[in-house]
Amino acid sequence: MEAKKEEKLSKRSSFWVWVIASVIFRLILVYFHKNLNLSSRPEVSTPLTSIRRLAEGYWLKQSSMSPYAGSMYHGSPLLLSLLGPLTVQRIQGQPNHLLCSLLFVLADVVSAVLIRATGQKLQTSYSQSLKLLELDNLLRSSEILSSGDVASLVYLWNPFTIVACVGLSTSPIENLAIILSLYGACTRLPSLAAFGWVVATHLSLYPAILIVPLIFLLGYGLDAPPRKLFVQRRHGKGGDNPSSGSSCQQEELLNQSKPPLTFSWKPVMHFLFWASVWSVYVLALCSLSVKQKGGLWEMFERMNIILLALFGLYRSSKLNNMDKQVVLDAVPVFTYGFILTVEDLSPNMGVLWYFFAEVFDFFRNFFLIVFHMNILFMILPLAIRLNHRPCFLAFVYIMISSMLKSYPSVGDSALCLGLFGLFIFELADMQFSFFLFCGYVGVSLLSPVMHNLWIWRGTGNANFYYATAMAFACFQIVLMVQSTSAMLNHDRKLRKLSVTKP
Amino acid sequence: MTFSHSKSTVGVTQSMANRVLRLLIVCQVLYSTIAFGSVLDIDKEEEEFSEELLLKPLPDRKVKKFRVKEMELSFTQGRWRYEQWGGFDPISSNNAKPPGVELWAVFDVPQSQVDASWKNLTHALSGLFCASINFLESSTTYSAPEWAFRPDLGNLRYGTLPREAVCTENLTPWLKLLPCRDKAGLSALMDRPSIYRGFYHSQRLHLTLTGSSSEEVDSGIVLEQTLTVVLQPSSWRTGKSYVDKAHSQPSWSISSIFGRKVGGKCVLAKSSNVYLQFEKGLVGELKNLQKENANPETNKLASKVFLSNLSFDLSVNPDKVFEEVDNFHRKSTSILYEFSVEKYNDSHPLDLGLAWKIPVFWSCQQAPLHASRFLMGSGNERGAIAIYLRSTELSEGLKKSDIVDQSCELRVNVFQVVPWYIKVYYHTLQVFVNQQSRAVADIIEKIHVSPSKDKTSPGVMELILKLPCGLESAAINLEFDKGFLHIDEYPPDANQGFDIPAAVISYPDFHVSMHFSEDGSLDKSPMFSKFQEKSLVLSYTEILLVPLTTPDFSMPYNVITITCTVFALYFGSLLNVLQKRVGEEERFLKSNAGRKTGRLSQLVSKFSTKLRGKPREPQPSTAVSSSFVSFKLILKILLVAGIAICWQYYFG
Repeated sequence: MEAKKEEKLSKRSSFWVWVIASVIFRLILVYFHKNLNLSSRPEVSTPLTSIRRLAEGYWLKQSSMSPYAGSMYHGSPLLLSLLGPLTVQRIQGQPNHLLCSLLFVLADVVSAVLIRATGQKLQTSYSQSLKLLELDNLLRSSEILSSGDVASLVYLWNPFTIVACVGLSTSPIENLAIILSLYGACTRLPSLAAFGWVVATHLSLYPAILIVPLIFLLGYGLDAPPRKLFVQRRHGKGGDNPSSGSSCQQEELLNQSKPPLTFSWKPVMHFLFWASVWSVYVLALCSLSVKQKGGLWEMFERMNIILLALFGLYRSSKLNNMDKQVVLDAVPVFTYGFILTVEDLSPNMGVLWYFFAEVFDFFRNFFLIVFHMNILFMILPLAIRLNHRPCFLAFVYIMISSMLKSYPSVGDSALCLGLFGLFIFELADMQFSFFLFCGYVGVSLLSPVMHNLWIWRGTGNANFYYATAMAFACFQIVLMVQSTSAMLNHDRKLRKLSVTKP
Repeated sequence: MTFSHSKSTVGVTQSMANRVLRLLIVCQVLYSTIAFGSVLDIDKEEEEFSEELLLKPLPDRKVKKFRVKEMELSFTQGRWRYEQWGGFDPISSNNAKPPGVELWAVFDVPQSQVDASWKNLTHALSGLFCASINFLESSTTYSAPEWAFRPDLGNLRYGTLPREAVCTENLTPWLKLLPCRDKAGLSALMDRPSIYRGFYHSQRLHLTLTGSSSEEVDSGIVLEQTLTVVLQPSSWRTGKSYVDKAHSQPSWSISSIFGRKVGGKCVLAKSSNVYLQFEKGLVGELKNLQKENANPETNKLASKVFLSNLSFDLSVNPDKVFEEVDNFHRKSTSILYEFSVEKYNDSHPLDLGLAWKIPVFWSCQQAPLHASRFLMGSGNERGAIAIYLRSTELSEGLKKSDIVDQSCELRVNVFQVVPWYIKVYYHTLQVFVNQQSRAVADIIEKIHVSPSKDKTSPGVMELILKLPCGLESAAINLEFDKGFLHIDEYPPDANQGFDIPAAVISYPDFHVSMHFSEDGSLDKSPMFSKFQEKSLVLSYTEILLVPLTTPDFSMPYNVITITCTVFALYFGSLLNVLQKRVGEEERFLKSNAGRKTGRLSQLVSKFSTKLRGKPREPQPSTAVSSSFVSFKLILKILLVAGIAICWQYYFG
């Protein structure tokens, strides 16, 4: 017992050592920021996350213009008032964006800690449900290292995360908001979950689809084997020895700690209520920060942000007329419309930029709808199949959106890989893991080379870079599909074991 | 390189009732030799005539239709070299234009209709001048400068096409606006090969509505046409040895420059004159030479002695000589010789010539600062634009004269339009004075930026710089990212690069005007009134050529198919994984097998129910199942039929 405790303590301390080491590593890189010049890499700074664009938006705002006057800044007005002053303030003798970098490092550390907490929650619930299914022997093998520690260290030491943090893209903050919402839902704090979800959606729109896993998390509880198994088990138990009083008591105890088999509406309602409260709050802050005297009806107008975003596709053609409209109305169009219409065709890691640079103009709207629908189409089948594992469902959703989003950056992949670490034991027998690892490494090394050949040397061709982006998308697809399949197989295995167990 | 050139201005002015048409042809004749050092000599020959004529209906109607208050259109080829050809006289600040087409217009319409009027105007002009001015219609190419281009003009629109090739097809419609076209008068000098062989030529059309803010139909219109040419002398073209000519001044005549002579005036012209201008610098130099060569008594003689002196010979005696009234407290003033064309006819044409006897060197009068613009950085991802202002002799003179009061400052207006695919970060604006970085707020007095919008509008930057007088150089630096375009947006020669229009640098504290007073009748002459107008000193910087990365133009089909394949891979494989049911498949197979061998299936089902702990369900008979299946099938068919009927009903 003592040894175990000691081991645990040492594990914990080693975790913090690694965290501190990663912070120090980041700070070292921040000091050599000028030499690395990461902030202008297309993989790091997309039009949405670039700190230079944010600085430009802040400059425009400071010179009493709308930050959306040009098509430079497309982010949120809140981010502008949070990060804007930091882009201007300089400490003598220090790198230019030191304060910003410190904020991003902090965001990374906080996300890592939250991931760890989420992981611990997940693990306890996992072991609990396994105990319920009397499959404790499965558990013993997986107690070497906690999955939360693994996930948070993977997140912190992932080169993608480090590059996104040091390269001053705003994605650490977006990631923090997403992780915060997941953490809130795991710890059954509807207000926190709603806050994270609203902020994440406000910052980058795509996390809007996370509402499905969040509701499942709050309604059904944490990830567990399929509910059918519990029903069967209980049924089987009840059938075997219904008369034994002690076992009855035991069962009651079990019932108390078991994952709820029915959907509990109360936290979900709380969540929805808080989400509306937070969104009103965020919108009010937005309207304050763009210095519009907002009446109530204007506030309601802004409530339609998502609706407006969907219409952004159609309104993009009418942007010329937008100038005269109030900034208030224009903000969602300039941010979400920009995300949905893929106006900026500068190269990034995604698959859409080259496609829309090449596709014929009269097909443009059709393909825009098709590609965005591809994200939406998969929501329902995944939700049906994985409703007993909401956290994993959230991971798959984040993976899909990071792959198919219009301006992906390494920060999104970093979040995916970090969350992947949470399910490391469930996904232990995933196929192609070595192949995928090699693929990720290869693509992340090849892609800058191809970019250099094309943009800087002029000896390469756009197709070279596009090919690496395609390969990256393929690896992400394989990772996502394989992990889903491994998770479903894991459930099958559990079912088989619980069925075969007398 | 030794450069020397002479300017000749040919002007036509027409005043009829309340309309005025004025043609001004400015020719700068440039002689170039390859040698060391840089020396200039300028003599201007200006010719002016006014003609009575019927204004061509087209521009007239246009003005009324589009409610244009003022408009200027110029077609230019070649770059005006401010250092060599001067930058501080009415000719260079009015007639030096950026390469390509430049059009600006002020409209007398409400703010909301200005853009529509501009679009119509560009289309009309494009048809009139056989040029692609209609490309200026797109909102990405024109801008609305507020104060830095020309002050207080109201509804101003400004657009340039830097890459427009200017040639004879643009000159012909321009000449058609003249009463005698190029058949008679001074415009007969327009020998196309000799004009287009020159270093620089710019044809300009300036239209002003004189009846200010009056809505009457017969408000006055002044149409002013100017052709500015910098030509090579024919003697150089024939390929003589450059070396022995290195220090001797080139002598020239109208016939040697243009290949033609002036054969009398156009019948419709009110007056028709050729002027030859000796610039301040040249006059001063000649006076110095006289001082050296002659004794002081002769030097005291009036400047008229000047025309037949030791240094040069005029082939024709001038009708009048004017001396400039000093406007900038300078020692020397420019001198203007007038030659009236009216005396000449086809049999006895005017062939003005100037022969130098001794070599004379002088430099042109410069603008306060010499402006140049260049790109920095390499690669196709980002870069920086720098505008570099270098002091000239004028600003050095300022420095000396104003050394007493310390508050001396030089104000410079900068107006720069940048196309949207050059994404300028205005927050990176840096100012360097004398190669030292200075705080932006110290130097920039006023700034107006309208940032570019993708595919909608260009970025416009207007600045007033407040520079200290004693500066040697100043530089403005702006960083930018290069945009990526859709394949349709690239021009046919995409790898050549894209042009950033010239920036306009003007000096609001400096105005040029020349006052010649020899007799009072001068004021009537349009040429002189043009000289007397106070015009802003402005200069254009170079056009920048920015290479942008190109996508593979042959790839659209491949890209579409490959990307869609990836999407299909995603969609198909994910859906496949989700709907695959291993356990169910096994059971299905087993039940199939059980159907064949009844006993086994019963055993298996017994076993499985025992395992599940559920009461055993009776095995449904095949008949029932088949009927069940058929019922399902019928339901599906009915559903589809219902949907089809609904569709027909609502959308058919």
